[in-house]
Amino acid sequence: MKKDGIGARLIRKEDDRYMRGRGQFVGDIKPAGMQDAAFVRSPVAHASIRAIKFPDALKGHVFSLADLKGVQPITAVSGLPGFKRSSQPVLADKKVRHVGEMIAMCIAPSRAEAEDMVAQVEVEFDELPAVYDMLKARDAETALVHEEWGDNIFLETLVDDDMKAVEKTAAVKVTREFNTSRQCMCPIEGRGVVAEWDSRLEQLTVHSSTQMPHIVRSGLAECLDLDHGAIRVIAPDVGGGFGFKGILLPEEVCLSWAAMHLGHPVRWLEDRRENLTASANCREHHYVVTAYADNEGKLLGLDAEATVDSGAYSAYPFSACLEAAQVASILPGVYDFPHYRCHTFSASTNKPPILPYRGVARTGVCFAMELMIDAVARELGMEPTDVRMKNLVQPEQMPFDNITNKHFDSGDYPEALRRAIEAIDLKAIRKRQKKTEHDGRKVGVGFAVYCEQAAHGTSIYAGWGIPMVPGHEQANMRLTPDGGLEIRIGAHSHGQGHETTMSQVAHEILGIAHDKIKLVHGDTAYTPYSTGTWGSRCMVMSGGAVAEACDQLAERAKAIAAKMLQCKPKEVSLKDGRAIGPNGELTIEEIAYIWYRKPQDLPADVNPSGLEVIAGYKPDRDSGTFSYAAHAALTAVDTLTGEVEILDYVVVEDGGVLVNPMIVDGQLYGGAAQGIGTALYEEMPFDTEAQPLASTLSDYLLPGPTEVPSMRLFHMETPSPYTRFGVKGIAEGGAIAPPAAITNAINDALAPLGVELTISPVTPRRIVEAIASADTKKVAAA
Amino acid sequence: MKPVAFEYERPRTIDAALDLLGAESNSKILAGGQTLGPMLNLRLVQPGLLIDITRIPELVSVSDEGDALKIGACVTHAAIEDARVEDHSNGYLRRVASGIAYRAVRTRGTLGGSLSHADPAADWLSALLVLKAELEITGLDGSRRVVLKNFVRGAMETDLSPRELLIAVHVPRSEKTARHGYYKICRKTGEFADAIGAVSFDPGSGAFCMVAAGGSEQPVTFESPENLFSQGDPLDPDSFDMPMAMDALREAGIEADNYELQIRAVAMSRAMQDAMSP
Repeated sequence: MKKDGIGARLIRKEDDRYMRGRGQFVGDIKPAGMQDAAFVRSPVAHASIRAIKFPDALKGHVFSLADLKGVQPITAVSGLPGFKRSSQPVLADKKVRHVGEMIAMCIAPSRAEAEDMVAQVEVEFDELPAVYDMLKARDAETALVHEEWGDNIFLETLVDDDMKAVEKTAAVKVTREFNTSRQCMCPIEGRGVVAEWDSRLEQLTVHSSTQMPHIVRSGLAECLDLDHGAIRVIAPDVGGGFGFKGILLPEEVCLSWAAMHLGHPVRWLEDRRENLTASANCREHHYVVTAYADNEGKLLGLDAEATVDSGAYSAYPFSACLEAAQVASILPGVYDFPHYRCHTFSASTNKPPILPYRGVARTGVCFAMELMIDAVARELGMEPTDVRMKNLVQPEQMPFDNITNKHFDSGDYPEALRRAIEAIDLKAIRKRQKKTEHDGRKVGVGFAVYCEQAAHGTSIYAGWGIPMVPGHEQANMRLTPDGGLEIRIGAHSHGQGHETTMSQVAHEILGIAHDKIKLVHGDTAYTPYSTGTWGSRCMVMSGGAVAEACDQLAERAKAIAAKMLQCKPKEVSLKDGRAIGPNGELTIEEIAYIWYRKPQDLPADVNPSGLEVIAGYKPDRDSGTFSYAAHAALTAVDTLTGEVEILDYVVVEDGGVLVNPMIVDGQLYGGAAQGIGTALYEEMPFDTEAQPLASTLSDYLLPGPTEVPSMRLFHMETPSPYTRFGVKGIAEGGAIAPPAAITNAINDALAPLGVELTISPVTPRRIVEAIASADTKKVAAA
Repeated sequence: MKPVAFEYERPRTIDAALDLLGAESNSKILAGGQTLGPMLNLRLVQPGLLIDITRIPELVSVSDEGDALKIGACVTHAAIEDARVEDHSNGYLRRVASGIAYRAVRTRGTLGGSLSHADPAADWLSALLVLKAELEITGLDGSRRVVLKNFVRGAMETDLSPRELLIAVHVPRSEKTARHGYYKICRKTGEFADAIGAVSFDPGSGAFCMVAAGGSEQPVTFESPENLFSQGDPLDPDSFDMPMAMDALREAGIEADNYELQIRAVAMSRAMQDAMSP
C-alpha cells in the first residue's frame, strides 16, 4: 500500500464543498427564464379517465398526454420467458393505475403558481376496483391492472426440484410465512429535473438528480425519438440515490418535451409527498418457506414460494422482475444444501412500480432465510449460530458454485460468524438472559449472515434481456500539460466518494498527488458511456477501468521519459510522480511538458495518441464479486409497550481489498441505518382502495440519530481472485442484514413468551399484539 | 407542497392584531408555525391573511401573579426548557418542555400556539391539564378566562372563536409537597406521542389529577385515583393497576383497541412512577 493509494483512509476530497454547503445540486441550477412544473396526480388508484377539464385561461400552461404528440411511453421489457410486456405512459393514457400517477403537467413562473393551476384542473374518473394486495392479485377474480394480460402476473419463475425424498428423510420440517412491508426510499435530496433546449447546439440539456446519466440519455432518446447526440444529460451533485435515482422517470420525459416546445427552461423538484406517495416504492415481498433438516441442524432442502408486489408498471431499465427473478437465485444465501425449489411471482397491483433499493431483493431474502435458520434452531433446541455453522459454505470450498449456480469468488464465511459471536459475546448474553433485567425488559441476541453479489456484468444481465446490459466499463484519462491528471468515468457518485477513491487508484499506479488529480463525471458530454452507478459496481468496474487507463498512460509516459533518460522504456519505473531510469529521473510534469510543449524532444516512435487514453475493463470473470458479512444485534424489548432498543450492534464484513476503509465504514453505517429503518420503522401501508397511508415523514418513520446505535465494525479482507487489486463491491451490504439480525434478536428475547414475529418492520403494535395473542393461546391450551 | 398566496402581517400590539382579525375573516394566527407551517404547505389551510403575533411584547412576557405564573402565549418551549421562565411547578414545566419534539421545533414553537392547536398528541395540553391551568383570552367582543379543561372541545377543537386570541396561560403555583409526573410513548425521538400519561399528586393534601392521551381523541382526566389503583392509593405507585386503568379509559368513552389502551395505561403508570421517584 502506498501512503495515499489503495487502502488509505483518505479524507474525502468532495467533503470540502459538501461540508461548507457549496455542493451544486439540481435545485441550485437556475437558468434564465426558467419556469416550474407541478403535476396533476391521480387521487385514485385505478380508474378510467372520462375527462380532463380546466379553465380556458390555463390553455398553454396545462398539458396532458394528447399534447405530447409523438412522445413514446417508457417501456422496460425483460427477455425472461413469459415476461408480460407493458408500457408506462409518461402522462396517463385514458386510465390511471396507481395513486400519484401523473395526469397533466402544469407550468408556471413558480412552483406555488403551478400548484395553483393543479388545483384548477378537474379530472372525471370512472373508478375501477383497486388491486391492493399482491396475493389477491394472483386470484383469477381480481380486477386487472393491465387488461390485455388476462391476469396480474408480470412474471412467474420456477426453480424445480423433487422434494419428496427429502420430506421422507428429514428429521424436522419447519414452515413459516414472511412479509416485508412496502417501503419508500428517502434520499435527503429527492428527484429533480431542469431541462433546457440549446438552440445553438440543437441539443436538449437535462440536469437530473440521477445515478445513471447515460441510461437516462438512452431512455430519453427512445421516448422522444431524438438522436443521442441531441441530448446531453448532466447529473450534478446528487444527494443520495439508493436505487431510486437509477430509473428513467416519466417526469424527465415530460420536462424534456416541455423544454423543447415552450421556448424556456423548465424545472421540477420532487417534494416529499410526491416522493412518498407517488414514486419511490420498494421492498414488498411475501414468502412461504419450508426448510427440511436433520437432527443435527444440517439443512437437507428448502422449498419456497415468493411473491413480490411489483406495482403497476415496469420501471426502466431494471424492469418489473428485478426483485422476484433475483429472489429465486439468491434465497439459498451463504448456505450449502442439496435440494432447492422456488416458485416466484411478480404480481402487478395498483401501487407505484417497485424500484431497486440498496440491497435490492437481498434484504427480503436475507430476512426470510435467516429467520428460517432461527426457526429451525428453535425447533431442534439448538443455538442458532450452531445451525448456521453447520450449513455455511466452507472456505476450502471457494470458489464455490452454489445450488443456483452463483459463483462465490472467495471468503471465509464461518470465520466472519465466529468473529461476530465473539464480538457480541454470545456466552455472556446467554448468562445475562438467565437473570431478570432491572427494568423488566427482555433481552435477546440475533445473527444474520449474507453474501452480496456485486459488479455482476454481461454474462448475468444478458440473460435477463432488460434494456440495459453492462459491458466493458471505460475510463478516459488525460495527463494535462502541467502534469495533472483528468479522469473521466461514466458512472456517477451519489455519495460514494468516487472523486476520492478513483484518485486513490490513479495515485497507486502513477504516484501523482491527489490535489493534481481531478475526476470528471456526471455529464454525458464529457464521459464514456456507462450503465452508471448501481449494483455496487463502481469500485470494481470504474476502478478497474481507471487502473487499466493508468497502466497504459504509464507506458506512454515511460517511453517519453526513456528518451530523455537515455535508457529503454522498460528500464523506467514510476514512483511518487517521477519516472526513474538507471541514470536519472524526470517528473511527470516534465514528461507532460515535453508532449505538449516540446514535441521536438519526443522519441521518433512515440505513440501519436499521446497522453490521453481511453481504456476499457471487465473482471476476468464477470459473474460478480461476493462480499459478505455477519451481523449481530443485541436488543432489549419492553413487553408492555413493544418498544425495542438496540443495545449493541456488530458487523463483521469482508469486502475484499478495501480502497478506502473509511468510506467503507461510512457505507456500512449508512446502510445499516437504513436496515434498522426496514427492521423497526419504515412502512408504507395501503388501504383496500390502494391509497397510500403515509404521506409525510411524520407518518413514514425514518430512523434518526437517536434510533441508530453506535455500531462496532470489523473488517476481513479476502481479495477477489477476479478483479483488479482484489476489490469487491460493498456498498449495499449494510442495508441487507439488519432486519434479519434485529428480528432474530427480538424473537430470541420473546421466545420464552412463545412469540415469533415474521414481518418487517417489527413495530411496537406488532410486538404487543403478538404477545397478547401468545397469551390467549396459552390460556386456551390451559 | 407550496402554500396558496396569502398576506402576512406582524402587528406589535394586541389591539392591532385584533383589528386585523376583524378586517379579514379568512385569517390565521401564526404563533411559531411549527404545525401551521406544514399545514400551509400541504394546503390543508388556505388563509387570505397570516397574523404573526410573536412580536407582541405582552405575549412573550412572563409575570408572577402570586398564586400563579402568567406565561405569555408566545413564550417558546425553548424559553421554558432553558429556565428563562421562572418555575413554580417543582421543575415539571421545564422537564416537559425539554421533551417536546426537537430543539429546532422548541426554538420556534410556543405554548399558546400548541394549546390553540389542541392536538391530543402534543405535550402541553396533557401536561397543563393536571396543573389546572387557566387561559386568558381576549377578542373583538371582550376578554375572558377559561380553565384548560373547558377550553378543549375535542381533538384539535377549542373554545376559541375566530374573533379571539389566546394571550396568556396562568399556571397555578404548585405546593412544595406536590409531585408531578409525565411520560410519553412515541415511535422515535421528536415524534408526536402515541400515548401520554401526566399526573399531579400532593401526598400532603391528597389532591390528585391524572391525564391520559393518545391517538386522535381528546385527553381523559381522572380527578380521583379510585379506579386506577388497586388499593386506591397513589402513594404506592406500584399499586397502579393497568387492567383497571384500561377499563376506566373504556368507561370514559375512549374508543381504542387493546394496544392503544395498553400503551396509554403504561404511560399513566410510568408517569406515576416518575412523579413518585426520588
